[in-house]
Amino acid sequence: MIIEIFSWLNNQLLKMTWLENIVNWFFKDVIAIDTDSLLYKAITFFFYDVFKIFILLSILIFISSYIQSYFSPERTRKILKNFKGIWANIIGALLGTVTPFCSCSSIPIFIGFTKAGLPIGVTFSFLISSPLVDLASVILLASIFNWQIALAYVVVGLLIAIIGGTLISVFKMERYVEDFVTAKLDNQSNIADIEIYQMTKKERVSYAIDQVKEIIQKVWLYILIGVGIGAIIHGFIPQTWIETVLGSNNPFSVILAALVGIPMYADIFGTLPIAEALVLKGVGIGTVLAFMMAVTALSLPSIIMIKKVIKPQLLFMFVGLVTLGIIVMGYLFNIFGYLLM
Amino acid sequence: MQIKVLGTGCKNCKQLLENTKKACSELSSDAEILYITDYLEIAKTGLMRTPGLMIDDKIVSFGKVPTSDEIIKLINNAL
Repeated sequence: MIIEIFSWLNNQLLKMTWLENIVNWFFKDVIAIDTDSLLYKAITFFFYDVFKIFILLSILIFISSYIQSYFSPERTRKILKNFKGIWANIIGALLGTVTPFCSCSSIPIFIGFTKAGLPIGVTFSFLISSPLVDLASVILLASIFNWQIALAYVVVGLLIAIIGGTLISVFKMERYVEDFVTAKLDNQSNIADIEIYQMTKKERVSYAIDQVKEIIQKVWLYILIGVGIGAIIHGFIPQTWIETVLGSNNPFSVILAALVGIPMYADIFGTLPIAEALVLKGVGIGTVLAFMMAVTALSLPSIIMIKKVIKPQLLFMFVGLVTLGIIVMGYLFNIFGYLLM
Repeated sequence: MQIKVLGTGCKNCKQLLENTKKACSELSSDAEILYITDYLEIAKTGLMRTPGLMIDDKIVSFGKVPTSDEIIKLINNAL
């Protein structure tokens, strides 16, 4: 009984089967497109996904921004100073999932954490998990695939962040941070003295609404492009092509997916519909997740930005560890992923 | 009065600069507006969330883009 209620809620609220029905009905009965045609497949995919992603995204960003308003980088830094060793990496990775910052703040955060004396490895655990795992993307994964895959994604994302950060500490990579980051300031008291301001409930709500507007403004184009590509894959590209390049016949599919994804700068919400279409075409779940993680975790602009504060050795290690983590994850999901479907 | 707009050059920081200029011209204030994009300079202030706004070396706003009306209030508070 409870399972039935949960699965009904899951189907209606998360997978939005009602929306799928409306879209299908509209194109089948109102516009009268042949349901066997490729156009029907592509066009229903496009409209169902666009509506679903925008509705879910608005609600999810609101909820996650409200939660995030309790976790400022200043507060995260204060919490992290209380932990040592691997625990600091674990807490850093976890806080990375709830601490808000736009990608243009990653340098000030990096410098801010380092100057406050946090180990480099802990800062990296935080910086790796932050774009990789967040509430909105996890719920969208559950909506498009299922809860098992969404939870597995979170666990793997956190593991990559924790292990990556720990290895950076183990190899004493703090040697390779640019000097100006670690240099003591003339006036040390300046640092960290921004008061941690307590927001009122009303301010949190208005912060969350602002975030919804800002993020939708930032990502709507990526979503449309992503869904457009997904719709073309879904409707027009022959399954055999995709299976040859990205399917289980190609042992390098995961590596290929990761290498294509890394330089790309896109939003996870734009990559989800592409991932969805690829899975429907029979591409392994590990290959698809590797692509998604590669797109979100690393991008050319973010690598160029972080290069300004760290030396090449550390940059290679950071990019290498994340890439390796994603590829290993991809193969594991392809081998054991059937357990999650 | 000296007003510093701190940011690494992203869209939000430029918007903040615009809003600040607008606020100052509405107040017909002769405050000096500086746009700081250097990472080190920003880090020295202790700011971790750009864009940030400083009035006479005190951080009055960070991590969001206040409207010009809000900036007018911040300037008046600082007087």
